[in-house]
Amino acid sequence: MSILSLIIKREFIAKVRNKSFIVMTFLSPLLFVGIAVFVGYLSSMKADVKQIAIHDESGLFANEFKNSDEYHYQNVSAIDVKVLKDSITNHYYEGLLCIPKVADTKALSSKIQFISNESPSLSFVSQLENTIAKKLTKANFEKANLDTLAIKNAEAKVNISLAKSSGEESLKGLNEIKIAIGGAFGYLIMMFIIIYGNMVMRSVIEEKTNRIIEIIISSVKPFQLMMGKIIGTSLAGILQFLIWAIIGLSIMFVASSVFGVHTGPTAGVSPEMMKAAQSEMGGTFALYLKELWSLPITTLVLSFIVYFIGGYFLYSSFYAAIGAAVDNETDSQQFLLPIIMPLILGVYIGFFTVMNDPHGTIATVFSMIPLTSPIVMLMRIPFGVPVWQLLLSMAILFGTFFFVVWFAAKIYRVGILMYGKKPTYKELFKWLKY
Amino acid sequence: MENILTADKIVKQYGDYTALNEVSLTVPKGSIYGLLGPNGAGKTSLIRIINQITMPDSGEVIFDGQKLHPNHVQHIGYLPEERGLYKSMKVGEQCLYLAQMKGMSKADATKQLEYWFDRLEIKGWWNKKIQELSKGMAQKVQFVVCVLHKPKLLIFDEPFSGFDPVNANLIKDEILELKNQGSTIIFSTHRMESVEELCDDIALIHKSNKLIEGKLDDVKRQYRSNTFEVGILSDNVEGLMYDLTQKFRLSQTHFKSLNDELKLNIELGNAKPNELLSILTQRGQVTHFVEKIPSVNDIFIQTVSSN
Repeated sequence: MSILSLIIKREFIAKVRNKSFIVMTFLSPLLFVGIAVFVGYLSSMKADVKQIAIHDESGLFANEFKNSDEYHYQNVSAIDVKVLKDSITNHYYEGLLCIPKVADTKALSSKIQFISNESPSLSFVSQLENTIAKKLTKANFEKANLDTLAIKNAEAKVNISLAKSSGEESLKGLNEIKIAIGGAFGYLIMMFIIIYGNMVMRSVIEEKTNRIIEIIISSVKPFQLMMGKIIGTSLAGILQFLIWAIIGLSIMFVASSVFGVHTGPTAGVSPEMMKAAQSEMGGTFALYLKELWSLPITTLVLSFIVYFIGGYFLYSSFYAAIGAAVDNETDSQQFLLPIIMPLILGVYIGFFTVMNDPHGTIATVFSMIPLTSPIVMLMRIPFGVPVWQLLLSMAILFGTFFFVVWFAAKIYRVGILMYGKKPTYKELFKWLKY
Repeated sequence: MENILTADKIVKQYGDYTALNEVSLTVPKGSIYGLLGPNGAGKTSLIRIINQITMPDSGEVIFDGQKLHPNHVQHIGYLPEERGLYKSMKVGEQCLYLAQMKGMSKADATKQLEYWFDRLEIKGWWNKKIQELSKGMAQKVQFVVCVLHKPKLLIFDEPFSGFDPVNANLIKDEILELKNQGSTIIFSTHRMESVEELCDDIALIHKSNKLIEGKLDDVKRQYRSNTFEVGILSDNVEGLMYDLTQKFRLSQTHFKSLNDELKLNIELGNAKPNELLSILTQRGQVTHFVEKIPSVNDIFIQTVSSN
């Protein structure tokens, strides 16, 4: 057996046998489902109904407010404002809307007051404003002797339908679905890098603190050890992800067969299902399915694999180098920040910039920068990326990857034999020349 | 005699700091070679170069007649000063892993391990995790790992640290046994009494330079000062002292004896021992007459402090 495969095997077995690994593997899906159920339960709970008092001296608005699940309105125009204010301090009413009597409706717009102990939510205030504004507008129309019905009829409503130059009809909301799919892949890469990159780092630190490193390094090259570590850890990670996927799918399968819930369009789309969907929900749903089906799935999956490997190796080399440079995990924080920043940046850019403008300058540039490209490019792919951009981005990623591995290996080689000192960036730079 | 290892003008620099300055060594086959020097002298740097953990900036190392090559790690066993094992791994598995890294087959390694575990009386440990063992016990396992692949050259850096006297003795006997079987041993330590006891050859490195190298006896001969330790029972101490101070330099000394005699160190200079003896015998009863052979400890301190 070659030495590299020996190291990979040991790292893999050491990770998989670890108790926390086993616990995490089987507990995480349960935890995940548990949280989902909990959130679902919370959002299904009804909030307390809040009583809102309306003191309307003008008499125009008192009946305009419609009760909702959350807010009940009560017309208390007959009661004195002072008494009402007291009842708010006593928490009988949540809030009091005061509309004074004014001769000119124009003056009214700035004189309405909402009194409450706790500041109301923005959406509630704008809802109040809308209701009042609508009524006021109507009153203004009537005052000017305008035919309100004619005005209503004259209001135009527009609904632009989207199409591609190739002639296919396109759908609104599809961007969200596309970003969700690309985002899921990008997010997966980020999570994988953070979880298993950290594991690589911990394993390097462990060898250092155990003082076994010098024994090992007298038999194998540091580079072999580092690569073996990274590969072995990633294999353990892939196994964990596979188990999660299997558990997740089986939970979904059980849930859907028990509760008769459809698992949505993305899970296992077959032509029969498409047909059924078409007859059930008409053209729109089928169109969504068709669009999803026409996404560059092969490109997406292949790119996912390439970016996954490139991104993971790039980052875990950094993690390995950091692990080699420090003596314990607490010392690693200052070096970890610059690594996690680009990952988070990638996700933000993906969700904000790519969604608004998938082929804009920012999105394109960040899908080329190797530290963010595994995430950003994957989010762009569902929107269709020119092949040359894809290839260029991958080439840059792998070019950087080889450079970083070389760089990390140098720091690693020196760092693993340095004990008891927390190095500075300056010293790390010096190590490159040893 | 053939040499297992020669280092030729090894230079190693870390940034501006020179760890080794043209250090050359010759380690004869089948010897126990003591590599001495104060802390930070460059011993570990040199050992790491021999183990190919780091590369020298210039100079070369010849191992068993060939320029040092990555395959040579299979013929070298290294017990570093900073040593440890994977805490959560079982002893047997761990030894097998490390042995396979040295190029042994699994079957061969298992056989050797059984032999060594039996020999060091640690048979029952195979399925124990390192974290369950005491420090001394773990040291034994490390020793086994180091010698398991029957290396031609063994490098021990402070091998006795962490051992109780019984186990230290056990390890010492194993080292001598390995020598008898034909292995060469490079032995780096600060314990001068074990150098005295075990080493055939020594080298002293100080401030990145090699200051002394050679057979232990030759080095001692080189450092002897023709001084004798003398015990004498005399009725006329004043007369004796007068005679002696005329010819030699004297100093007080201490050694254990049952008599209440005069104890002196006498530097002979160019005189012969018999000249001293004849003076002594005229003046009293000689109870003690021994040449002061410099100990490794003396040589070490003398060399290091004079540089």
